[in-house]
Amino acid sequence: MFTEENLKKVEELKKRYPTTQALTLPVLWLAQEQFGYVSEETMKYVANLLHVPFGHILGVVSFYTMFHREPCGRHHLEVCTNVSCMLRGSDQIVNHLEKKLGIKMGETTKDKRWTLSEVECMGSCGSAPMFAVGEEYYENLSIDKVDQILTELK
Amino acid sequence: MTAEPTEERVTHWDRIILPDIRNFHTIDVYLANGGYKALKKALEMKPEDVTDQVKKSNLRGRGGACFPTGLKWTFMPKQTTKPKYLCVNGDESEPGTFKDREIFERNPHLLIEGIVIACYAMGITTAYLYIRGEYGKWVRMVEKALMDAYTNGFVGQNICGSGFSTNIYVHKGAGAYICGEESALMNSLEGQRGYPRVKPPFPAQNGVWGCPTTINNVETLANVPVIIDKGWEWYSKVGAAKHPGPILVGVSGHVNRPGVYEMPTGEPLLEIIYRYAGGIPGDKAIKAVIPGGSSTMILRGDQLEGIRMDAESLKAAGSSVGTAGMIVMDEDTDLIKVITRISKFYYHESCGQCTPCREGTGWLWKILKRFETGQARKTDVDLLMEIANNIEGNTICALGDAAAWPVQSMIRRFRDEFEKRVVAEVETAVA
Ligand SMILES: Cc1cc2nc3c(=O)[nH]c(=O)nc-3n(C[C@H](O)[C@H](O)[C@H](O)COP(=O)(O)O)c2cc1C
Repeated sequence: MFTEENLKKVEELKKRYPTTQALTLPVLWLAQEQFGYVSEETMKYVANLLHVPFGHILGVVSFYTMFHREPCGRHHLEVCTNVSCMLRGSDQIVNHLEKKLGIKMGETTKDKRWTLSEVECMGSCGSAPMFAVGEEYYENLSIDKVDQILTELK
Repeated sequence: MTAEPTEERVTHWDRIILPDIRNFHTIDVYLANGGYKALKKALEMKPEDVTDQVKKSNLRGRGGACFPTGLKWTFMPKQTTKPKYLCVNGDESEPGTFKDREIFERNPHLLIEGIVIACYAMGITTAYLYIRGEYGKWVRMVEKALMDAYTNGFVGQNICGSGFSTNIYVHKGAGAYICGEESALMNSLEGQRGYPRVKPPFPAQNGVWGCPTTINNVETLANVPVIIDKGWEWYSKVGAAKHPGPILVGVSGHVNRPGVYEMPTGEPLLEIIYRYAGGIPGDKAIKAVIPGGSSTMILRGDQLEGIRMDAESLKAAGSSVGTAGMIVMDEDTDLIKVITRISKFYYHESCGQCTPCREGTGWLWKILKRFETGQARKTDVDLLMEIANNIEGNTICALGDAAAWPVQSMIRRFRDEFEKRVVAEVETAVA
């Protein structure tokens, strides 16, 4: 199931840790990058690859918020609403996004283009409010800036 | 206040941890400015002398607990057949904290240099740098710097021809605040759920994979080359005597210039807010300040005079330095909304192992929501306090305390805010 390249990466990773179980997080990351999310089938595959029980992988995947068990929309908007962002107007950003995309927090648009999620502090407190899309941080947001970003992402 | 009156203190220098030099994150610029000089110097010293320098410098951990770093290093066994490990804590997930990210971005080589020196001092041949999953972009930055450090012989085999070898591997988290707690971090590194472990045994005896382990924060280790380069005497004279050195203070919330500022420890909080961070928008008054990340005890804005950013001063003021992530709130802030949001965070992040934390954090949040939505009863203020008191000190790790402290301090220092929100009918209905 893994690409040749990813299988090679797994071999490289094995040299870094004294146990293969330690590869659980790095290999789940590789899986999520390749498949977009972590399905049950993927978990079984990873369990086999690392010689650990399926239940172990399931336990890990369900513990960490960044592993997604369902596919997300093409763009996954993760909006921080924790204190520092809240003090600088994340409520308005959330309201605007919900209205504009026609979905509530935690939902995906029908056309599968957008997923909207509330997240905990992302370490952007000095450039709040913010949202992340994938690895990209969009900071010092204003309503206008949000509109501009959404147009660019389309 | 903290400095001995006769002793000369260092209060000014060019920024060291985050220097104002273009492209400092690249190895060329880093080397051109004396980078990796401290490593070479350390490699010519005896390992125990390196630890001794760190001990004498009085460097205290920047991860939240202010624990003396040199002392922690001496806990590592010298004679052992097991491998020893260093875990570098870059989980940085405490709300209001965004300083390690600056080091990853602007001075990754200082961190790498500090890690290698620490490994040399403790005889460690493998270090794992645990970076929170959300910092994917910063993981890449650090990995690039690490590759350059390997290529130039500062990490890996036979470092600088000294015969000493150590590897550094970046390990990416996957979204869990609890993994910043050192024993949860070790479990996460082992590929498990991030559950904290019962202590003792302490990591130096029985850490990751059952081997002697030291855990240090990213910023802590970035201070180590400075100590070696400038000497412990200089370092111990910077800022507050009992908690010296440069410190990265993150200022967020209602200030004109939010951001991370490097300064000597012991700066007055008011100075940080007004001089560094440019004061409050609209010249409003300060209602409250959370001095060191969301778990530290909240301070009243009208009682900030004389309080400084160091362990002793903040302790005396009934709070703590934590991660030095200051959250500033102006006079119009709804503190009930603030504490409700903070409590929601700890409820969300509780790993669920210990009953007082798993259940208690949820109760706190639920009751606080009653205040937010105008359904609170008069007895709810005391109920909140009682629940918080029953979480504090009764859990495996300090997440329970982290959830209790903000609530306790908010009630103690802003009780009127709660009482204002009690609804009259509910009050009588319950009575
Ligand atoms: C719930 C919880 C979360 C923590 N998160 C972090 C963190 O993100 N980064 C960090 O360096 N320390 C964190 N700590 C503190 C670590 O347990 C540990 O004390 C620290 O990494 C030690 O490094 P230092 O001595 O260099 O400060 C956390 C502690 C608790 C209880």
